[in-house]
Amino acid sequence: MKLDSKVPSGPIEERWDKHRFAMKLVNPANKRKFKVLVVGSGLGGGAAAATLAELGYDVHCFCVQDSPRRAHSIAAQGGINAAKNYQNDGDSVYRLFYDTVKGGDFRSRESNVYRLAQVSVNIIDQCVAQGVPFAREYGGLLANRSFGGAQVSRTFYARGQTGQQLLLGAYSALNRMIDAGKVKMHTRTEMLDLVLVDGHARGIITRDLVTGEIKRWAADAVCLASGGYGNVFYLSTNAKNSNVTAAFRAYKRGAGFANPCYTQIHPTCIPVSGGFQSKLTLMSESLRNDGRVWVPRDKSKATADPTTIPEEERYYYLEERYPSFGNLVPRDVASRAAKKVCDEGYGVAKHEVDGQRNAVYLDFAHAIKRDGEDAIRDRYGNLFDMYERITGESPYKTPMRIYPAVHYTMGGLWVDYNLMSNVPGLHVLGEANFSDHGANRLGASALMQGLADGYFVIPYTIGNYLATEHQGPVTEDHAAFDEAEKEVRAKTQKLLSLSGKTPVDEFHRKLGKIMWDYCGMARNEEGLKKALELIPELRKQFWAEATVPGKADELNPWLEYAGRVADFMEFAEMMCRDALERDESCGGHFREEHQTEEGEAVRNDEDYAHAAVWEYQGDDKPPTLHKEPMKFEYVKLTTRSYK
Amino acid sequence: MKIKLNVWRQAGPNATGGLKSYDIEVTEHMSFLEMFDVLNEQLLRNPDKHPEGPVAFDHDCREGICGMCSMVIDGVPHGPNKATTTCQLHMRSYKDGDEITVEPFRAKAFPVLRDLVVDRSSFDRIQHAGGYISVRTGAAPDANALPIGKADADEAFDYAACIGCGACVAACPNASAMLFVGAKVSHLAKVPQGQVERVGRVTRMVDVMDAEGFGGCTNHGECEAACPKEISLDAIAMLNTELARAAVASAK
Repeated sequence: MKLDSKVPSGPIEERWDKHRFAMKLVNPANKRKFKVLVVGSGLGGGAAAATLAELGYDVHCFCVQDSPRRAHSIAAQGGINAAKNYQNDGDSVYRLFYDTVKGGDFRSRESNVYRLAQVSVNIIDQCVAQGVPFAREYGGLLANRSFGGAQVSRTFYARGQTGQQLLLGAYSALNRMIDAGKVKMHTRTEMLDLVLVDGHARGIITRDLVTGEIKRWAADAVCLASGGYGNVFYLSTNAKNSNVTAAFRAYKRGAGFANPCYTQIHPTCIPVSGGFQSKLTLMSESLRNDGRVWVPRDKSKATADPTTIPEEERYYYLEERYPSFGNLVPRDVASRAAKKVCDEGYGVAKHEVDGQRNAVYLDFAHAIKRDGEDAIRDRYGNLFDMYERITGESPYKTPMRIYPAVHYTMGGLWVDYNLMSNVPGLHVLGEANFSDHGANRLGASALMQGLADGYFVIPYTIGNYLATEHQGPVTEDHAAFDEAEKEVRAKTQKLLSLSGKTPVDEFHRKLGKIMWDYCGMARNEEGLKKALELIPELRKQFWAEATVPGKADELNPWLEYAGRVADFMEFAEMMCRDALERDESCGGHFREEHQTEEGEAVRNDEDYAHAAVWEYQGDDKPPTLHKEPMKFEYVKLTTRSYK
Repeated sequence: MKIKLNVWRQAGPNATGGLKSYDIEVTEHMSFLEMFDVLNEQLLRNPDKHPEGPVAFDHDCREGICGMCSMVIDGVPHGPNKATTTCQLHMRSYKDGDEITVEPFRAKAFPVLRDLVVDRSSFDRIQHAGGYISVRTGAAPDANALPIGKADADEAFDYAACIGCGACVAACPNASAMLFVGAKVSHLAKVPQGQVERVGRVTRMVDVMDAEGFGGCTNHGECEAACPKEISLDAIAMLNTELARAAVASAK
């Protein structure tokens, strides 16, 4: 596998400009002759499909939901970063770039991150022009807040529903192109395989989730924007239909999968309340701007009414351990600190899970006293309401209980500077790729990256591929489509032939527990090796004991689900392998063997300043590892300190 | 606690459907959809007793924002709690021994696909007909070049908060989509960026709404009561005003 990042040379601030000039253009009259398939309709896919259609390409867009507006980007709450410096507080493109590289614990590609910071300002302009109702000040200008460990106010937001409003903006742009006949939208349609012809990505195989029809789509390029793989943990903040299948099939067709072990555990989620739990709900980390995190110093008061515990008996552990950042430390640091106090027995969850009370308080009493209940309601009203709906308790009256949960995956298919994978023609956008967040994503950066990729990067870079590397016409009757379709049909039949007694949910739940226990917030060699034994055993059980009801040619949610869980069970092994191989702690990847006495992560830049890229070798063979070194010319490698 | 569930079962779009009863044990912490997860697990484990198989229902984010979940619960879309989607409804709202009837959203424009799953693509087709501002990527001026008063921006947001779930249609005796269409029209009419296409937008969206088979509004107000995002009936008033404006404008 050849990993050429294609990063342009020269001063970092000139690279994207220089590259845009160096790229070949497609003649406007020829664009309509090129068919581009976009898989996914979230911020990355929706923005890409709309923009590519505006440029004149013949675009087909696919999503598994019943409408593109339901892609999981919609659930993002907090905000979107941009280096506008509207607050005059010292922000700049360079500072956003620097913060993102540092926040990612020096495991991302500098040139990509710099470009991301550059185009961030265009994103805000674009969204406002689409009518996205961002929060505003009384003078009518856009409001900002500081978010998730940033010391400048660069986050734009729309109450606690920023993802929804940005996605509806992208959805409206997409609708405009559907209306113009330039995008053909295929909802309730799942990509089940990638088709390669002469080594190039030339199409996909899909299943119509209503009729079960298996269909071939030949094209000139493919863009995967199919999201992250957090649901490998069963319990996560991801939507229930989020899955790794499209990306994993691409991997099996030869695309390298980079850094699968990089998982972001979000510190502020509603704790687990029982074994039936189907998903976890995130509470925006903007809450940490005003909420104070604490646990009782007296362990016997774990279940006491928190409002009766006097100030001197409260352990504000983030403020004590990190005096300069306090409650605003980055996500990975805040999550591990919560786990640490709960592991030490200070947890305050109502219910015990495995003998532990996994929750800490997030308290707004001080903020309410300082600013008044109305001000707090204005800032967080919808989040407080959501918390009360789920838990039955009002955060205006008693502190929230929170605990970390799987939220985002920084790993993904490897891409070069053009967002193209090592498979020519296969482009990967948004959370599905690995590129910009390194080992840890900063708050309000996912929305920025999805839209940057979709609106402002792929529209240029795909043209360069089509103008220079494209291989001429291919049709759906090519033998490669025959073969791929045959495989898809065989896999569908294999799943439907499962006639055991155990619902697929149960295997997914078990897989999730293995992953959370051994490849979750903290990992070690022994645990990862154990997981690598347990996962193949579970997979064997799945194929022997699972049951999948119904038929292939009907709306069959259990068949869809079984296919996704089967992929997760293979994918999980690669994740653990990657976590084992990365014998250092960095960002969201915390290896217990590598920590300071105070429990902070210890990186090993000499041996691990690279992206670990896995290449599929067959179902019975372990994948091979390739490395793309991460070079840091601008941001000096330092130990992250938030003390 | 024990719950008796009466669930609409329908094998496919053209099959005859009917209610089927199930007894189920739940806890108060469960969400309504988690109760269906538990029910489906029971049905899957006992295929001989339940040849009809598990219940198909739409769901995705399970945090009240994607708009994918539906269900009419005891005659009310999204169930009894105000401003709450089905996925956010928790069993603590019920008590031991309760009997709950669950049906799909019903409207001519939302045909049933299977069990509780309906086809809401008519909503997308309305949005295709002008639910946007025509701005090409890259053609935007600086975001702060156009100040918008906070009150207008906040009001636009209130309309933009619609999640496109279709509860308004399911709640309306006429299966009208006026609240849904009104929300989008009002959102874009409230911001300066939306002014240029204001007249054409409302006309086209309403034309498609009618063609899709949604009914007219006769002021029952059920839509507002059922809306999980509390979109105000003002959206319908505004939609009518916008239509009148468009009629005047085109008469000129």
